Amino acid sequence: MKITFWGTRGSLPAPLNGAAVRRKLVNALVKAAGLGLDTPEKAEAFCSETLAFAEASTFGGNTSCVQVDTGGQDYLVCDLGSGAREFSMAALARHGPGSPQTYHVLLSHVHWDHIMGFPFFIPAFIPGNRIRIYSCHPRFEWAIRNQSHEPCFPVEFSALSAAIEFVPLEPGTPYEIAGATVTGMAQLHGGDSFGYRIERNGTTLIYTTDAEYKPDDIAQMERTAMFFRDADLVIFDSMYSLAESITLKEDWGHSSNVMGVELCQLARAKALCLFHHEPVNDDARIEAILNETLRFEEITRTGDRLRIHAAHDGLVLEI
Amino acid sequence: MTISEATLGGAIIVSAQGRIDMSNSEDFKDALMAALAGAGAAVIVDMAGVDYISSAGLRSLMIALRSAKAEGKAFGVAALSPLVLEIFTISRFNLVFALYAGVRDAVAALSPDSLGQFDAS
Ligand SMILES: [Zn+2]
Ligand SMILES: [Zn+2]
Repeated sequence: MKITFWGTRGSLPAPLNGAAVRRKLVNALVKAAGLGLDTPEKAEAFCSETLAFAEASTFGGNTSCVQVDTGGQDYLVCDLGSGAREFSMAALARHGPGSPQTYHVLLSHVHWDHIMGFPFFIPAFIPGNRIRIYSCHPRFEWAIRNQSHEPCFPVEFSALSAAIEFVPLEPGTPYEIAGATVTGMAQLHGGDSFGYRIERNGTTLIYTTDAEYKPDDIAQMERTAMFFRDADLVIFDSMYSLAESITLKEDWGHSSNVMGVELCQLARAKALCLFHHEPVNDDARIEAILNETLRFEEITRTGDRLRIHAAHDGLVLEI
Repeated sequence: MTISEATLGGAIIVSAQGRIDMSNSEDFKDALMAALAGAGAAVIVDMAGVDYISSAGLRSLMIALRSAKAEGKAFGVAALSPLVLEIFTISRFNLVFALYAGVRDAVAALSPDSLGQFDAS
């Protein structure tokens, strides 16, 4: 399975601004002083070998959109946040607009940051394309139809040229979607949200965003560990610190890096990917959280090592 | 995990040993709440013997802190091992709890009247 992250930010898009770009430039130029980086190759090597990820790049600012390549012809994508625009442009660039495709979309829920990319999802405007949208959420069809509506958006849903279908799913029931077996799980989140277990040929991906896990709810922890069991990768809402998620931001519906590690350890998952980054956090902060999570895994490890990633727009993981 | 308790004037010192996790965080919470009920002014948690605390254990501390605030009592956490201090820092609980390097520091700050008794004990 190949996972491509097109949007990884929580709540709303958080583009890098000019001042942040300038700080990165100044920092890099100072660090490069006297190194004689007079060819693109030398500069490239300096960026990847000497600078930290947050110094040389960015986690990106698009909201949730994760493409899952199951090896089949059809596309499978989790959520249509603002990252869906770039996903759709990449798909069109690959096939050309004259070659109809089938897009399977799994929606966690219908908060803006998870559906805001749909009105700009170019394949929906092209006749011949087939878009099947699946969700356990009770109002997903209503939300998708109604966000493309006057006065908030000029193109009515009914004017879209692709064949668009809505397929309601039941949590706990496995479905065959785009060559994979997909099972949903209800999550704790205001207005409901659903995680998905995506399996194909013995490889398992968990997509769990906009979910709060309560450390003292043993039944929930065990149910979740069962859902995550032996996963090759868990894409996990780690928007807050553990302390925030059980004090000030308790019941805000999000989780933490520490809960992600504990649940993955309980479930014997192989890798954790921090996702739905807090929009307030800049690149340096997200990278620091990744490094702390690596350390937390190291000091709490009892069995096999759990690998840890922090998702960024453009990240590709093979599992 | 084992827990012992000592009363020093208005302060109760709760000493925990071993691992605090999902399997015993409820007992940990009960011990903290019982200490709070019995303490005149302050509860100090001596973590010197704790080698691991999970999110569930941190939540038990959090619940006790909330009750302490509601009852107008002081609540401090003392003598964290370097590893447990790292867990507090990574989870940002270092920003939530009053942390003290040693139990004596906590007594001096939260229940100074008990200091004589602490030094004599
Ligand atoms: Zn969200
Ligand atoms: Zn949400």
